[in-house]
Amino acid sequence: MANQPNYQTGLIFRFLFKREVVKLLVWIVPIVAMTVTIALAFNGLYETQEERQALAETMENPAMKALVGQGYGLDNYTDGAMLAHQMLLMTAVVVAIMSMLLIVRLTRADEEDGQLEMLRALPMGRLAQTNAALFVLVITNIVLMLITAISLTALGMDSIDWAGSLLYGSVLGTTGLFFGAITLLAAQLSDNTRGTMMLGYLVLGLSYMIRSIGDSGNELLSWFSPLGILLGSEVYVNNYWWPILVIVLLAIIIIALALYLQQIRDVGAGLLPQRSGRKAASPMLQSQIGLALRLLRTSLIAWIIGMMLIGISYGSVLGDLEAFLGESEAIMEIIGASGDMSITEQFISVLLKIMAIFSTIPALVVFVRLKSEEKKGRLEHLLAKPVSRKKILGTYLGLSFLTSIVMMLAGIIALAGIGVTVMDVDISFNTLVEAQLVYLPAVWILIGFAAALYGWCYKWSRFIWLYLLFSFLTVYLGDLLDLPAFILGLSPYYHIPELPTDQLSWVVMVVATGMALLLSFLGFLGFQRRDIET
Amino acid sequence: MKVLEVKQLTKTFGKVQALDGVDLAVNKGEVYGFIGPNGAGKSTTIRILLGLLKPTSGFARLFGKDAWEDAVAIHKRIAYVPGDVNLWPNLTGGEVIDLFLKMRGVRVDQSRKARLMEQFDFDPTKKCRTYSKGNRQKVALIAAFAADADLYILDEPTSGLDPLMERVFQQCVYEAKKKGSSVLLSSHILSEVERLCDRVAIIRQGEIIESGSLASLRHLTRIQLTIATKEVVPDLDSQPGVHDFKIENQHYVFQVDADQLDEMVRYVSQYGVVNLESAPPTLEDLFMRHYQGSTSGGGGQ
Ligand SMILES: Nc1ncnc2c1ncn2[C@@H]1O[C@H](COP(=O)(O)OP(=O)(O)OP(=O)(O)O)[C@@H](O)[C@H]1O
Ligand SMILES: [Mg+2]
Repeated sequence: MANQPNYQTGLIFRFLFKREVVKLLVWIVPIVAMTVTIALAFNGLYETQEERQALAETMENPAMKALVGQGYGLDNYTDGAMLAHQMLLMTAVVVAIMSMLLIVRLTRADEEDGQLEMLRALPMGRLAQTNAALFVLVITNIVLMLITAISLTALGMDSIDWAGSLLYGSVLGTTGLFFGAITLLAAQLSDNTRGTMMLGYLVLGLSYMIRSIGDSGNELLSWFSPLGILLGSEVYVNNYWWPILVIVLLAIIIIALALYLQQIRDVGAGLLPQRSGRKAASPMLQSQIGLALRLLRTSLIAWIIGMMLIGISYGSVLGDLEAFLGESEAIMEIIGASGDMSITEQFISVLLKIMAIFSTIPALVVFVRLKSEEKKGRLEHLLAKPVSRKKILGTYLGLSFLTSIVMMLAGIIALAGIGVTVMDVDISFNTLVEAQLVYLPAVWILIGFAAALYGWCYKWSRFIWLYLLFSFLTVYLGDLLDLPAFILGLSPYYHIPELPTDQLSWVVMVVATGMALLLSFLGFLGFQRRDIET
Repeated sequence: MKVLEVKQLTKTFGKVQALDGVDLAVNKGEVYGFIGPNGAGKSTTIRILLGLLKPTSGFARLFGKDAWEDAVAIHKRIAYVPGDVNLWPNLTGGEVIDLFLKMRGVRVDQSRKARLMEQFDFDPTKKCRTYSKGNRQKVALIAAFAADADLYILDEPTSGLDPLMERVFQQCVYEAKKKGSSVLLSSHILSEVERLCDRVAIIRQGEIIESGSLASLRHLTRIQLTIATKEVVPDLDSQPGVHDFKIENQHYVFQVDADQLDEMVRYVSQYGVVNLESAPPTLEDLFMRHYQGSTSGGGGQ
């Protein structure tokens, strides 16, 4: 009778589910649609076994392995093997992010905003909301798993059978469950939403990186990453189920720990220790830019470290790539046939593009902070003082531009530094840095776009993330799917010349920078005229 | 019979000692005022009572049950209104009220709910995002008073209400009391506490420094006197128990400690009193003395 930690879980579950169902469909439907579309596209594009085998050859190198995973069944590269190799990891990361956001919304965010306090003062068990959030998580991922499995099977392709498709869906669902569990644990440690998400992303990022270093070189390492273990299920090739079992078990242990911690802690508190702050604002803090920097300090530091780690892991791949090319005569021939561009350079340009997209994320994070300041009603305090809107928007925009430069430098210096030491192709440090920095104007276009959205359609500000995802997909899938140029061209990154192969075109640089400035200017115009939202 | 009992309650947050040996007891059918300066520990005490925070030491019992261990059973019999009501932006006020009532698992008197909404002049069809502070507060108040509870725990429940709504709230408390419910009311609006409460406790820096019925607390305090006499009263300002002495329009204006009043009246009456006005100490006077810091309590303003 005492305690009753689970009391009213059912009611809270129905309440949360109703709240989330639309948002979840907005995630699930595109995920499944993308998977199915790409399976179909592969089927149409690579009709014969020879064509598929040719693709498999280009996949069998450390850079690709770092990016998409080791790849199984490369000697018999069926549609299924191809789908699992090219798409499973990336889709799993998207599902992980969906699940992390879901859990943080339903637990720590409600707690931080004070709704949980209202609920917990009612007859409701200490674990009811957490339990209910977990049920939503599990149901979401099971639904995702089933829909994926059924839709893929329904395509009726030989190599994409029910057994494999069910496992494909299960890998996605299990990833979601695992990272949801991690986030739940993070929510017990940190006492705020941002910190929780950061811990979650940290685990996801490390999982990806460990797997990436492992897959491209030391394969043992991959087994220390949940993503690596899950890819070990060799979907559509050998269909091993044990990785699912292992990860589900791990998830259950993490969940049990999180529930235990939840039950013994105060509402609103986290278990990580808190330092007491300064008595008075440092002179730094007393300026607009100082305040913004202070608010973003932790995440900026985390991102700089993250970018350097990504740079290091990609840089070390370049070495593996060299070694690999040295060994394989056959590949050298293929390279020779593929044109005047060496395969190393080709991969470098893909990696650099991906690095450019990664460094766009923190730059946008900086800018989007302005929106959340507005939404939480804190912008009002500033605007009520003699601070103009222009100055506030300018501060965040300026910081965002600056962040893009810093992040890109952090990543490329790490990549090039490692790269030139492990690689003996004659690409210099400077060439690499230059080849990376030319992407800055493309990043700036996204920042400008974010500013314009913020100024004119505040409610749609989040659209910028979709645009970034789209740009990423065009890089990731553009070649594989043979996407037409007009679609690829929608991404600003597409127009940037790929150094060192291409010539640096100042026209493109100037035009792109001009567009970014124009979009930013539009943002100022809109922001001057619209209402401040709450 | 004690509905709520708190003994030697302490709570520390890291190095901050928020509560330092708090004792409280609320009887059945009693409205109990809980007052004290900002940061004194009122909300912390209340959140321990609700089982939201775990006490560092001491105990908090409601209906004879432990506040942390038996939270669910206790919450079936209470209603809580915080000072800062945070709601789900996408739900309407009406939906939230229904959710809260459903969770309390009590029988809801629909006509009473409708009457409350009307009295509070509340539109339940708007999304919570669009409510003003006072209107968000009304959501919690309506959900609390639309069904009977044995104990109402109210933490600055009227901090956003206009005076008209404040009156509706006081009516709700009266009615609850009439039905035999108990109320724990923390508030900075002293006139409200004075009007509603049978007993009060004053907390400062995590310690209860005074508690009892208003009448008995008044006893401890000073009375404001304005006196005019035929003859000059010698040394009036240095008589025992006299504070804040001044002379305005030939009237002596000062405060006197309640237990020195008798002496004082005797003394001045020797000089031919022509006018004497006395004002009872307000809770505010009482409060000012305690709020304004000095530990002896005798230092005055
Ligand atoms: N989570 C927390 N972490 C650290 N200190 C806290 C925490 N919650 C409260 N405190 C501290 O405990 C003390 C008591 O706070 P409490 O909120 O109970 O005050 P209060 O009496 O309700 O004040 P107010 O009248 O302003 O509402 C304060 O010094 C406060 O800073
Ligand atoms: Mg308080």
